[in-house]
Amino acid sequence: MPVTAVLILAAGTFAIRLAGPLLRDRVTLPEKVRELLSASATVLLFALVAISALTSGKQFGGWALAIGVVVGGLAAWRKLPFVAVIVLAAATTAGLRLIGVA
Amino acid sequence: MRSIWRTLDAVLLRDVAAVALGAAVTGASFGAISVGSGLPWWMPVLMSLVIFAGGSQFMAVGIVAAGGSPAAAVLAGLVLNARHLPFGLAIGDVLGNGWLARIVGSHLLIDESTAFAMAQKDPSRARAAYWACGVSLFFCWNAGVLIGALAGQAIGDPMTFGLDAAFPAALLALTLPALKDVATRNAALLGAAIALATTPFLPAGVPVLLALAGLFVFKTKKEAPCPSPQS
Repeated sequence: MPVTAVLILAAGTFAIRLAGPLLRDRVTLPEKVRELLSASATVLLFALVAISALTSGKQFGGWALAIGVVVGGLAAWRKLPFVAVIVLAAATTAGLRLIGVA
Repeated sequence: MRSIWRTLDAVLLRDVAAVALGAAVTGASFGAISVGSGLPWWMPVLMSLVIFAGGSQFMAVGIVAAGGSPAAAVLAGLVLNARHLPFGLAIGDVLGNGWLARIVGSHLLIDESTAFAMAQKDPSRARAAYWACGVSLFFCWNAGVLIGALAGQAIGDPMTFGLDAAFPAALLALTLPALKDVATRNAALLGAAIALATTPFLPAGVPVLLALAGLFVFKTKKEAPCPSPQS
């Protein structure tokens, strides 16, 4: 991993991050577009949840992981504290792996 | 800056701390894995400071360790990080004005800070949550990576602790309030289905972007009152 590669990835990532806020400044967005952008962030985050809960690389990520995230999701839905959501998810997955569930 | 910290309450800080702790442990594993793959200790540390995007860091190190070219690692990392552009468009106004806030705030634009900002009801809380999450994660992630890089193989596999479930569970909890809106929920479900269906065939990062196609079923609200979010 050469330093130049690290710096190029860093610069590119920063440019991607800076572009959003800068573009947003240039134009006044109508309410409908703002709603759409807000929905798009939610859509992306939820897709990220689905992918990191159900896949590992290009394959199914295993039942221990999937069930752990579902337990966390149920806890969040039942309005348990955020910390409990995280601990329950991680503990469920770790526990399932401990008893041999992949 | 001071007003930001005053807006924060204990609950929000506790929630941020939980995510930051998870990031520290994941960071430690990143440091350990990088050193284990033959990189000098300072390389994962440098990467974490200047890239500050865990997914793309793991991916870049993995590609190079598997014999791939650095150019391929950079390209894959950039594709994976492309989602930060729409994130910035959606929540760009919470960073605050002025060049310093814009530049530092952009570097702190990550999945977690975006999700924390989106989960807040009013703009001042969103701003406080964004900065609290971004700054805490920056310090915890980098401290974790440094410890992991120095401690090396002594750090266990984060999978043993189920930490790979903690990240999606945290994002899901933060996204739930926004998913109460039917139009957003339908778009998100369709988007997630598209992302999952395309994951086996496309490079990492692309399926998440394709999820945006779910917005085709999104209709902006007309007269219907906002569903009152509560948490």
